[in-house]
Amino acid sequence: MATVAAVIASTHHPFYYRASTSTGPDRPDFADEWVAKITSFRETLTAANPDVLVLVGSDHFHQIWLDNMPQFLVGKAPFYDGNWYNEEREFGLPRMFFSGDENLSSHILRTGLDAGFDLAFSNELRIDHSVTCPMITLRPEADLPIVPVYTNIFAPPLPQPKRYVQLGQMIREVVESWPADKRVAIIGTGHLSLELGGPRQFGPHGPDPEFDRKAVEWIASGDIEKALGEVSLESLWEPGNATHGFLDFMLMMGVAGAGEKADYVDSLDLFHTMEAYFTWYPKGGSA
Amino acid sequence: MSKYLLNKFLYTIDRDPELVERYREDPRGTVEWWESERANVILNVLTGEKSTWLRFNDVEREALATQDVPKLFELGAHPFLTLTLCIAMFERDYDEPLAYQHLYAQQLSHFTLPYPDIST
Repeated sequence: MATVAAVIASTHHPFYYRASTSTGPDRPDFADEWVAKITSFRETLTAANPDVLVLVGSDHFHQIWLDNMPQFLVGKAPFYDGNWYNEEREFGLPRMFFSGDENLSSHILRTGLDAGFDLAFSNELRIDHSVTCPMITLRPEADLPIVPVYTNIFAPPLPQPKRYVQLGQMIREVVESWPADKRVAIIGTGHLSLELGGPRQFGPHGPDPEFDRKAVEWIASGDIEKALGEVSLESLWEPGNATHGFLDFMLMMGVAGAGEKADYVDSLDLFHTMEAYFTWYPKGGSA
Repeated sequence: MSKYLLNKFLYTIDRDPELVERYREDPRGTVEWWESERANVILNVLTGEKSTWLRFNDVEREALATQDVPKLFELGAHPFLTLTLCIAMFERDYDEPLAYQHLYAQQLSHFTLPYPDIST
C-alpha cells in the first residue's frame, strides 16, 4: 500500500514567482525574507522524498465556469498544462507542464465514489495558480506526477465546511488504500482572510489579522472541532469576501487528522494577505 | 436581473486579449456587440447552437457600458471577475504599484457588511 509521506497546507500567493525572480529596483523589500521562508518550507517536502503529489486547489474561473460547476473534481489525465493567459498577464506566471498519475486518479475516483462522494472528473484539465503556485514554491523542478483535486470555494452555493473536512479525510484514507508502493505527498492550498474586488482589498495586512491568528492556531493544532464550531459559510464573508478559500485549509486539516499537530508551522505577514505554511509527517511517513 | 450574464460578460472579455483592449477603448460599443453576438453562446459548444433567452436589463447594460465598478459590485457581479478585468484594463494608467487597486477599494468604501449577494 502507498504511504502518505507528507501532508502540506499552504497559501497560494500568485505574486511569489515575480517577487522571488525580480532583481534590482523591481525587487520588493520583502522578497528576500519571503524567499528564505519558502526555501525552508520547500525542504519539508524534499525531506519526505515523495514519488507522487496530490494537489488540492480551486479553479479561479479558468476552465470551470458557471454553466457547469462541479463542487469537487478530480483530474484524470496523463498530462496537465498549467497557468492561463490572464495569470501570465497579471502575475507574470510562466506556462508549466506536468505529468499525471492516472492510476492514482482512477483509484481516488472509484474509491471516493464508493465512499459517497459524487466526484466530478476531467480528462483534459488546464490547471491554474492554486495548483501551480505550490509547485513553484515546493517543487520547482515539477518533476513528479500529480493528481489535481479541485474544490469550489468561489461560486456559491458551496458545500458546508464539514464536507471539505470529510473530503480531506476521505482523500487520506483513499491514498493509504492505494495498492502501489509509492510515497504520496498530499498538498493543498487555500487562503486566510482575503478580500478581492472589495473595499478592504490590498491593505497593509490581510483584512482580518484576528481571524488569521485564530486560523493559524486551528490548523497548527489540528483543532477541526473548533474550526468547524467557529466557521460557517455565512461567517466566512466577514474576514474578507474571498475568505472561503479557507475551506481548502479545512480540507487539509481533514487530511492531516483531528488533533494532529503540524510538525512545521510558519507564516509571513504580507500586504494584502497573510502567508501561512504547514507540514505534517504522518506516523511512519517521514523520510 | 442576471448576475450570471454580467459574470459571463466579464469572464469572456477577460480571457481574450483583443476583447480586453476593445472594452477598454469602446466600452459601450463592446457591450452592445457582445449582447447581440455573444451573450447566448454556450461556451463549450463550438457548432453554433446557442441559447435563446439571455439579455441584460437596462441597469446591467448601463453599468457595463460605463464600467461602473461600484454599480457592478452592488448588482452582485463576481468581485474577482470585475477586479481581474479592471486591473487588466486600467492598472497601466498608474505609475505607483497597487495605486489602481487602492483607488478601486476606495471607490467601494461606502459598502459595509453584508456585501451584495454574489450567488448566481
